[in-house]
Amino acid sequence: MTTQTETHEAPAGELGKARLRKEDDRLITGQTSWTDNITLPGLVHMALLRSPYAHARITRVDLSAARAQPGVIAAFAGADLADEQGSMPCVWPVTDDIVMPAYPPMAVDEVRYVGDAVACVVARDRYAAADALATIDVDYEPLPPVLDMRAALDENSPKVHEAGNKCYEWTLANGDIDAAFRDAPVVIERDYVQQRLIPSPMEPRSVVCAPIGDEYTIWSATQVPHIVRILLSLVTGIGEHKLRVIAPDVGGGFGSKLEFIAEEVITVLVARRVGRPVKWTESRSESNMASHHGRDQLQRIRIAADRDGRIRGLSVDLLANMGAYLKIVGPGIPLLGAFMYNAIYKMDAYSFRCTGVFTTTTPTDAYRGAGRPEATYAIERIMDELATELGMDPLEVRERNWIKHEEFPYTTIAGLTYDSGNYEAATAKAKELFRYDELRREQSERISRGDPVRLGIGVSTFTEMCGLAPSKLLGQLKYVAGGWEYASIRVLPTGKVEVVTGTSAHGQGHETAWSQITADALGVPFEDVRVLHGDTLVAPKGMDTYGSRSVVVGGTAVHSACLKVIEKARAIAAKLLEAPPEELEFTGGAFQASGGGQSKTIQEIAFAAFDAHDLPDGMEPSLDSDSTIDPANFSFPHGTHLCAAEVDTETGMVTIRSYVAVDDVGKVVNPLIVEGQVHGGIAQGIAQALYEEGVYDDAGNLLTTTLADYLVPSAADLPSYVTSRTETPSTTNPLGVKGVGEAGTIASTPAVVNAIIDALRPLGIRDITMPCTPERVWRAIESARSLGDPSARQNGGTA
Amino acid sequence: MAEITVTVDGVSYVDHVEPRMLLVHYLREVVGKTGTPIGCDTSNCGACTVLMDGASVKSCSVLAVQADGAQITTIEGMANGEWHPLQRAFHEEHALQCGYCTPGMIMAAADLLKENPHPSNQEIRDGLEGNLCRCTGYENIVRAVRRAAEAGVSE
Repeated sequence: MTTQTETHEAPAGELGKARLRKEDDRLITGQTSWTDNITLPGLVHMALLRSPYAHARITRVDLSAARAQPGVIAAFAGADLADEQGSMPCVWPVTDDIVMPAYPPMAVDEVRYVGDAVACVVARDRYAAADALATIDVDYEPLPPVLDMRAALDENSPKVHEAGNKCYEWTLANGDIDAAFRDAPVVIERDYVQQRLIPSPMEPRSVVCAPIGDEYTIWSATQVPHIVRILLSLVTGIGEHKLRVIAPDVGGGFGSKLEFIAEEVITVLVARRVGRPVKWTESRSESNMASHHGRDQLQRIRIAADRDGRIRGLSVDLLANMGAYLKIVGPGIPLLGAFMYNAIYKMDAYSFRCTGVFTTTTPTDAYRGAGRPEATYAIERIMDELATELGMDPLEVRERNWIKHEEFPYTTIAGLTYDSGNYEAATAKAKELFRYDELRREQSERISRGDPVRLGIGVSTFTEMCGLAPSKLLGQLKYVAGGWEYASIRVLPTGKVEVVTGTSAHGQGHETAWSQITADALGVPFEDVRVLHGDTLVAPKGMDTYGSRSVVVGGTAVHSACLKVIEKARAIAAKLLEAPPEELEFTGGAFQASGGGQSKTIQEIAFAAFDAHDLPDGMEPSLDSDSTIDPANFSFPHGTHLCAAEVDTETGMVTIRSYVAVDDVGKVVNPLIVEGQVHGGIAQGIAQALYEEGVYDDAGNLLTTTLADYLVPSAADLPSYVTSRTETPSTTNPLGVKGVGEAGTIASTPAVVNAIIDALRPLGIRDITMPCTPERVWRAIESARSLGDPSARQNGGTA
Repeated sequence: MAEITVTVDGVSYVDHVEPRMLLVHYLREVVGKTGTPIGCDTSNCGACTVLMDGASVKSCSVLAVQADGAQITTIEGMANGEWHPLQRAFHEEHALQCGYCTPGMIMAAADLLKENPHPSNQEIRDGLEGNLCRCTGYENIVRAVRRAAEAGVSE
């Protein structure tokens, strides 16, 4: 099948229109309802004391001085909550024999990372709570920290948990991998380090719990209010029907708020104990220590190829750092990557193995891209190595192997069926915008004139899997929940429309995009639609927002519910117009008989449904409809990102000179929002390549506890981006959409590092461990120089 | 407790505060101006930026007592019957996603444009270096500030 790729043009309907966002009004005027803004009568503030040790036994906690402080209502240690706090759940036990240690929300006997909660104070205001915290006396008996993953797997290593430091081993294989590597003319093996990242949404986490009788309302800065409600019920034993969870305006998540957090449990239990509303809001340094981290994988990747560049096989062996405990989907993150190492390429065989490892560090979980950035980095880096080995242009070796647009749908070696794509089109457009050939010429000129500032060109032809996810497949992967999404359309008597969605936006603009989908389907004005979300009382069902799933699954549910509304309305219109329903056409928000004549607008029908005077026999007086959609497949956005980086070989300074991103995210609901997602995604990927790293010292102290140490880049640190699109619709959902939330992050990290290495390869450098800081780049250059002229050596290159 | 008189968004307040109270906590919890959020505790992120006597300050790094006698403008005081040109430009250029950094970004940009009414893109980037955004990659923030500058925001 040939998939259709169109260049986008101005749309006739609502879909594809660059609508300005409905959300902005409250956000640019300061009328927001961040969780920390919530105030309630009698509200008290909770502060948490956290472990200063990476690993220690708790021998005594003395709260007496804290309890005696002025303004202090209560203080609790882990032992005080032990009988009711349960254990934090992990919903993705990836293997039958996975080690799943108990994870008390507040440590009772032992702390396992710096930042583990040990005790809490509840006081009249946050200053009094902080004062009281300082008076708590805890005796610790230090235990040896476990920090290095390889050392942790040694049988003589100290243990994080009694059951040992190996959490699980998960494998995936297809094809004869031994045959692929046996006698292969080219075999390349590389080790890459996915450094630990701290997601760093601008809004720190915050939880408020208001107990009223035996019912609880919880506000939380979360991406997943519905999941929090279910898990809170399971952990605390409070009936799900007695819990209402609200995610008000949420200031970014990037996966870090795809979590059910210990602090949610503690806040609810403490509110129940003190019988008053309790608020906990973390500081940034607390957030860096105790909100989950991302990445932290050691990757060994081997590729076997023929001399003409054709890939024969790929083998991947990972160590994935779980940290001290298993977070909600932590063990599954590398699995999301397992299906993506083969990327857009055809090959004969593939094998993947991941070993999850416990260490005494902050637990890890999803961070923007979640497994796919790691996979894409490794494959796109080694594709450049392959190109170098074969003396080919990096785009040429990719094209030789990628799935051609006429080959879709294509079942990959990892077992996924990519429904559509056009890598040729995206790459051609990117090359043109980038002026690829011109930059290649400049690169050679700089080398020949001995310019100390080298130019490098980085390529990343990525794909990813979005639209999490077909429930059946999630079940096969041992994920505990489904991947469906819910929407409900309520047509009000005056013709205005309320859309209830189970997705939970935290910056993505669902209020705008879902309004467009609804306005387009129902033919009502965009302004007449209101989107409701993020409150389990208002939107009772949902699987929330993560993994670039919302438009693909949630948007489809909105669309599907709209279609049901139209069918209900059709029956009423037929009665009113005295015409057979099947002869009515619905266009522009009105029904008309195909032969012409009278018409009825959806608003008129809405009122007719409300007054219910003249409905068809047996019809309920309502147009309201809902839909729960379980996707048939993932969606597979792709694109070609090209980065030109100047590397000053005297200082190690890297400057991104130009960055071109051509993304194919299928049909676009709102190009403004799509472009914004791509921009932000690229920025986070560049941040991994150049700036960010969560660092521990030898004792297990996190050194990057502030934004002065953990370098989230500013406007001055980032380049301008050129973005464009090709549009190859997804064939597995009616909107043709693919998702865009993570694409930029997945694509940009390898594009940037490939550019740096491309600039420095003539010096004999083939890897620099991220982040590629000036110091690391400079050291790599110095080290390569000290090895002498690379051309004089057989195997040029420093690892 | 110290007595302070602070004008916030045109309204005068007299309060008794602890000498250690941060201006941002005073604004949020005493005056009830929650439009100014808190993003960090080391004055790196700039989310809490407000104007103090016309100059931008990070209100997490100013004590409430230091604001005694000062005029404070927060994001809530920027619109004057209609949106401030920066608010309009941020909306029109899609310069916000989650919106958490936006109040501080707009206040810092207001100060930047007062100092330099016609900044280049690089001057905008350098001028906003103290304000972090995790969503937008800054591209549209730069465009928005330029747009506001072209609309003559400083006049």
